[in-house]
Amino acid sequence: MALLKLSDLKTFFHTRAGVVRAVNGVSFSIEKGETLGIVGESGSGKSVACYSLMGLIPKPPGKIESGQALFDGEDLLQMSEAQLNRIRGRRIAMIFQDPMTSLNPYLRIEDQLIEPLLLHGLADKHGARKKALEMLEKVGIPGAARRIRMYPHEFSGGMRQRVMIAMALITEPDLLIADEPTTALDVTVQAQILELIKSMQQQLNMAVIFISHDLGVVAGFCDRVNVMYSGQIVESGHTDAIFTHPSHPYNQALQRSIPALQAKGQELFTIEGQPPDLTRPVSGCAFAARCVHASHACSQTSPHLECVDEGHWSACLRVQQHEITLAP
Amino acid sequence: MSRPDQATPQPSIWPESAHSLEEAEQGHSLWQDAWHRLRKNRMAVFGGLFILVMGLASLVGPTMVTHGYQEQNLELRESPPSAEHWLGTDKLGRDLLARVLYGGRISLTVGLVATAVSLTIGLLYGTVSGFCGGKVDAVMMRLVDILYALPFTIFVILLMVFFGRDIRLMFLAIGAVEWLTMARIVRGQVLSLRKQEFIEACIALGLPLHRIILRHLAPNVLGPVIVYSTLTIPAVMLLEAFLSFLGLGVQEPMCSWGSLIKEGAEIMEEAPWLLIFPGSLFAMTLFSLNFLGDGLRDALDPRASKD
Amino acid sequence: MSMPTPPFLKIRGLKTHFPVEKGLLVRKTVATVKAVDGIDLDLNQGEILGLVGESGCGKSTLGRTILQLIEPTQGSVHLNGRCLTELKGKALRESRKDFQMIFQDPYASLNPRMTVYDTLAEALLSHQSIPKSELSQRVGQWMNRVGLSPRFIKKYPHEFSGGQRQRIAIARALVVEPKLLIADEAVSALDVSIQAQIINLLARLSKEMNLTMIFISHDLSVVKHIADRIAVMYLGKMVELGSAESLFDHPRHPYTQALVSAVPIPDPSRERTRRRMLLPGDPPSPMHPPSGCSFHPRCPHAADACQAAFPKWVREGDRSIACSRLEVVP
Repeated sequence: MALLKLSDLKTFFHTRAGVVRAVNGVSFSIEKGETLGIVGESGSGKSVACYSLMGLIPKPPGKIESGQALFDGEDLLQMSEAQLNRIRGRRIAMIFQDPMTSLNPYLRIEDQLIEPLLLHGLADKHGARKKALEMLEKVGIPGAARRIRMYPHEFSGGMRQRVMIAMALITEPDLLIADEPTTALDVTVQAQILELIKSMQQQLNMAVIFISHDLGVVAGFCDRVNVMYSGQIVESGHTDAIFTHPSHPYNQALQRSIPALQAKGQELFTIEGQPPDLTRPVSGCAFAARCVHASHACSQTSPHLECVDEGHWSACLRVQQHEITLAP
Repeated sequence: MSRPDQATPQPSIWPESAHSLEEAEQGHSLWQDAWHRLRKNRMAVFGGLFILVMGLASLVGPTMVTHGYQEQNLELRESPPSAEHWLGTDKLGRDLLARVLYGGRISLTVGLVATAVSLTIGLLYGTVSGFCGGKVDAVMMRLVDILYALPFTIFVILLMVFFGRDIRLMFLAIGAVEWLTMARIVRGQVLSLRKQEFIEACIALGLPLHRIILRHLAPNVLGPVIVYSTLTIPAVMLLEAFLSFLGLGVQEPMCSWGSLIKEGAEIMEEAPWLLIFPGSLFAMTLFSLNFLGDGLRDALDPRASKD
Repeated sequence: MSMPTPPFLKIRGLKTHFPVEKGLLVRKTVATVKAVDGIDLDLNQGEILGLVGESGCGKSTLGRTILQLIEPTQGSVHLNGRCLTELKGKALRESRKDFQMIFQDPYASLNPRMTVYDTLAEALLSHQSIPKSELSQRVGQWMNRVGLSPRFIKKYPHEFSGGQRQRIAIARALVVEPKLLIADEAVSALDVSIQAQIINLLARLSKEMNLTMIFISHDLSVVKHIADRIAVMYLGKMVELGSAESLFDHPRHPYTQALVSAVPIPDPSRERTRRRMLLPGDPPSPMHPPSGCSFHPRCPHAADACQAAFPKWVREGDRSIACSRLEVVP
């Protein structure tokens, strides 16, 4: 049985400007110990989907219109705050993008580290302190014993991110949701942090959902990848297949836009048009307006994911009907 | 499979010539957005309308009522509300309605003028201090800190002692004290704006200083300044009432809401209407200004703008 | 034998130090942040230089110092023979049309209370007089040129997307027809697909207008694509300079090697098999730079000599490297 199985999640935001369909029918699952990457640009809904799972969406204006999130058999979306609190921080942990604001500036590192253990009754104060020190050393903070009583502002960005990882993993959760954890970091620090998450994952046999807009990071880190556009998953499969056999024009276009893969001296490939307006639902495929392969049927038929190869799913109508094949 | 790239994100059907400028779409400024938000805030709208009505009444009221505000009628003194005198009369038989309207005129004028004075001084001072930064800013703000420490009441009393009890003095005295906080607020705004990249861009373009301050800094500073001004008016009115209550405010037969409340409080048991009417009107005005100020603050909050 | 033409942009010994002061009334300098610590650079006209480095390396400060938005502590900047560092007051303001900047944050770099027309007209009028009747036409032409429909000329910044705002900012910088353009992380705040559009736009305009451009970025792959040469900065100093393609494929300075190896490649097979060079620790603070070569505490090839003095520049073909241990660096 999958560790987490999300079915048909719909999260809408009711704003003055209209109803923003941030997540518009997303389903995926993740197994124990697996690394799943969720890739998309801003507005794709990748962060909102995971925040919905954790009950972190502000309830007005946000609303989870429908969906089911089975975590070990229990539906997260139907739980009360009290029930969710038992799972959050204990069995599902989350790390965020901005290390500057994710730690409480008024509390010492030690106090923030032992808090999850004490809250979930996993250790007494003495035991928690020992575990906190162990954890700090594990994540590679030099001089941990000396620094554990310090405040967040006395640490650099990379160090703070390590502390946040320590805080998230101290309860040895089954699932870690990492929302763009390295985007705000320098590229050399990013490499360190990714190595750290990888090694911690292996030690704890933990599942990781890695949200990113950076295809390069995802390529080296994840077992499977979901590509999201306009609130829906448009392609899903094993990492190698996603890159070598793209099965959705958006995925193909996204990869082609990456400067690193393009020859110098020529103009960069660009995706025509503008990102979609999430307050105006389109009939048919949301990418059709910008897609070079779009046919008339594409704007008529509502897309859904279909298996196009082993373990590889695509929401592209034309790929499903074998009308086109996409080269990487 | 890629199309020849156009750097253009728009559909390629727009005309290249300038004729398209006639069909230019209208933009919605941030002020328009704020106005829409304000209109939806019922308390703020109520507050605004009340102030408008009160202001008009104070302006034309005293000339339209049947009795003058200083007309004495000693036989009818301290009489409760009647057909002849809608709000009753005071200890000298003067019509309370007329006096309340006239008092409103004084109180509101003090509120507006003193706020205007503090606004002008504070805006100028704060902008210079914030924009210059460094040592100039440090010295200017230390001066403000020192002035903050002066006890207001004693200052006003001293002024009154030296220059006599002129109502214009009260405008000056109050304005001269209120500008301090205004200067601080403006300075804070200017400091944060100065770091914004569009100000750097202005400097990079080589725009002259006066243009940067007037065209770029000032309009963006206006938001909190407007809010704070709206909230200064009731504070000033209260200050004036306080002075009048102490006997330092307006002279007889002139009256303000403050002096009326003082008189009413003195004979509260025998003639409660002399306290209730001016008191409630004053309170309503203060509430309205506060609602309006709160509404303005919410409406002008940049974070509440369209995502 | 032709005489070598003097470089179009000549930077010599440029330093920007910020004093850290303490004290209530009497301010004492307790430390100095050496944001830019001695930069020498020559650029030819029409050349695009990529300036890369991580946070704290001083690349943004260098950009602003060259543009005289920050006063340099030492050193000189010559643009087309004219010394910029000596200009003050009115002379400085009038010469600013020759050097312009595009900023990182498309949301903060435009005055939110001015329409596109207001912003671009102001820029146009800042250094030339144009009759009012012609003004809207010129603004419209520039909007076309950066890829915006003139239909939107009366709109306000908040009514545009990030990429469109950046186009407005580019137009504002270019209407004065500068000779030097500095793009400070101009695409970093944009989505990948929009980045590509803006990069194409900048490359095209730079060719059309024969612009000399310094493209500052922390994103090596973006820089590799647009730049002719790349300069790598570390803690206020330049450590390597060379042609874009060869520097990326064959970095010589240990820091550049670490930087290049840290960039993720969107190719799963390569990404998984490559050997990464991981740097220990965090970049040190520019307030307390290590002695000698500031990279030596983290360098896998450091020797005693590296602590003593900043290494001399070594030339390998068209490459310049500031390292004294090149014989052992692979």
